[in-house]
Amino acid sequence: MKQEQKHGKTYKFGMAIDLDKCTGCGSCMVACMSENNVPFKVDESNKKDSISWMKVFKLTNGKSFPDTEICYLPRPCMHCSGKDSHNPSPCVSVCPATATDTDPTTGIVSQIYTRCFGCRYCMAACPYHARYFNWWDPKWPEGMEKYLSPDVSPRMRGVVEKCSFCFHRYQEAKDKAYVEDRDEINEEEYQTSCTQACPAGAITFGDLNNPSHAIHQLVKPDPHHYGKPRNPKAFRLLERLETNPKVYYISEKEWVRKSGDNYLEGEWEKVKNHHG
Amino acid sequence: MFPFSFEWVWDAAHIIFFGGLWYALSILGMGMTYVIFKSLYDVIWGKESEGH
Amino acid sequence: MDSALIPDGAKRCSFPVFAIGIAAVGAVLLWGVFAMFLIWFKGLNQTNMNDYYGFALWIWADLAVIAIGGGAFFTGLLKYIFGIDELKNIINFAVIIGFICYSSALLILAIDIGQPLRGWFIFWHANVHSMLTEVAFCLSCYFAVLVIEFIPNILENKQLIKIPFLRHVNHNMHGIMAVFAATGAFLSFFHQGSLGGVTGVLYGRPFGVREGLLVWPWTFFLYTFSAAAYGPTFTILVTKAVEKITGKKLVKDNVIRLLAKIAGWMILVYIVAKIIDTIYWANVTAPQLGFTLNDFYGHGFYRIWILYAEIIIGGILPALILIFKRSRENSTLLVLALILAVFGVCLNRWVMVLQVMAVPVMSFDQWAHYFPSWQEIATTILPVAYGIILISLTYRYLPVFPQEQELYPETIAAAKAEAEAKVQEEDAKKA
Repeated sequence: MKQEQKHGKTYKFGMAIDLDKCTGCGSCMVACMSENNVPFKVDESNKKDSISWMKVFKLTNGKSFPDTEICYLPRPCMHCSGKDSHNPSPCVSVCPATATDTDPTTGIVSQIYTRCFGCRYCMAACPYHARYFNWWDPKWPEGMEKYLSPDVSPRMRGVVEKCSFCFHRYQEAKDKAYVEDRDEINEEEYQTSCTQACPAGAITFGDLNNPSHAIHQLVKPDPHHYGKPRNPKAFRLLERLETNPKVYYISEKEWVRKSGDNYLEGEWEKVKNHHG
Repeated sequence: MFPFSFEWVWDAAHIIFFGGLWYALSILGMGMTYVIFKSLYDVIWGKESEGH
Repeated sequence: MDSALIPDGAKRCSFPVFAIGIAAVGAVLLWGVFAMFLIWFKGLNQTNMNDYYGFALWIWADLAVIAIGGGAFFTGLLKYIFGIDELKNIINFAVIIGFICYSSALLILAIDIGQPLRGWFIFWHANVHSMLTEVAFCLSCYFAVLVIEFIPNILENKQLIKIPFLRHVNHNMHGIMAVFAATGAFLSFFHQGSLGGVTGVLYGRPFGVREGLLVWPWTFFLYTFSAAAYGPTFTILVTKAVEKITGKKLVKDNVIRLLAKIAGWMILVYIVAKIIDTIYWANVTAPQLGFTLNDFYGHGFYRIWILYAEIIIGGILPALILIFKRSRENSTLLVLALILAVFGVCLNRWVMVLQVMAVPVMSFDQWAHYFPSWQEIATTILPVAYGIILISLTYRYLPVFPQEQELYPETIAAAKAEAEAKVQEEDAKKA
């Protein structure tokens, strides 16, 4: 934190996921695992201890046939901005060893694997369950280690890991910009692997500070209200907790938008117009 | 923990937290040092303890 | 066989009986040690924790032993700072129990972390804003205080006290013990509080989060106060258990009753604060985040009974029994109150860890389930076995209870007569 860069542009990278486009195919999950060397088990039937930085949840409107509707909700790390400078993202504020931090130049919440000693306090703090613990040493099937990405360090047993918004791709884009003597990176130069893998084009990734970026035009973040979306069809998960995520969801369906948070009886009717 | 570790920032939080810590540790350290030296003194100069 | 180490005048069981007892408890200890090494070598996959339940039995055990071990700092505070001199008759034992509890907590923490060899990072790379950092620092420092408070008692062993230097150390340590006790109370205030803050600051977890004062959530103060209130009840309970097992009275009733009375009033004040906190949280904090009590207490094991059990059975009831003279002086009711109180504070710590993890936060998420593995259970029982062994050793070889001799003058007289007879016999032989 102390040695933060004093030069260059300050980005605020974020993601918008159009839930009406998502088919729940899981391509984003696969792309993420392969891009980020995410380890897997021989038996993956217990989902509570298997790692998926990007996880697709299945939502239903709770109605019976023929009114049943379902929606798939991909959930990466939300890269929360937190309440204020004293209360950064729920996980950053609690990590006792400063193993997770918010990068002030990108807004990305980092995880330093070699610093983490596995207390799992961050996991307890994260309401999105975006953080995963390495319960086992990573083991790759014979020969597969040759296909691991050289840009992402594999993690050891006993540490926590999570989505990094493919931070290595940002570094790569920055290097390229440096070589080409540019101050800024272009929108298309830094895209996460899930964004590129989504066959439905449901995921949009970019700089929330840059009005020319597609994500900015989609969600219209309100800088005076911690980036709350001004697009009435957009929402963030658990907005009321004031975690202020940088991941936005978009849906035309009211029940989907309502599922994004918890409401007391009758409360949604009063607030839904603010949320869309 | 120490001002030379890179996480260290000279802000109120660090000063209060580590101020309290080093204050408590100093009391414990000085207390035990006093006890050891006083006891050595008592043994060497033959002061008999009243015992407990 | 080991009579040279047993305090003068104290009557203890024969060495073989003692050794058999220790061996039996030692077997349980070894089981725990085996599980501990299994976890250290194979990792936390030996547990039933998962990504939803990252905090589980061990964190509860940590919180619980530190709460019930709070008797050490609070009794120390009452004796050395508030000058309640009668408590000198139980302070040694309170310190030993505190020592056991805190060393156990540190051990469990060392097992609980995914990378035990990096445990020191919490000190070296400390994030001062994290409650866990505050816990680690204050816990370690306070453990050092407990070691310091325990040393004079160890030095009172019959053989050690003969060594002039150690005798002086013992004497001089007693001389400045108030300074150590005050430091211990200062540290305890912060680590007990920061343990309360561990879940209180989780603003992503509406079941655990609390508003508060400056950087401290209300649970910070509730935990400190509850440890001071409930800690002494555990000290008395263990004293009663030792009395029952040894078949001896070790601490006079007036001392026990005084401490019990103080604990009773403290529990009452705490439970009133806890009720106010619960009402505010249920009616203001949680609804602001879109939750009702039903959302928190509506699944499987976690029903509203758990809240009533904690407040009424584990709080109001023991407080009332301990406050009123008649019930306090009834030994059955006293023991009942002590058991309920210890149950109450342990249940509170359980709820504040396990239930926080269980309650779903995202509207489409599900309740999390967890039952500990045998390795987790064994490593949680390990400190209990260790505690029993340490208490047995200290009771046998150290003058832990100053009133024991006073309560059994005939035993002392007999022991002295026996010793004199031995000396005379030896003199006669020499002659």
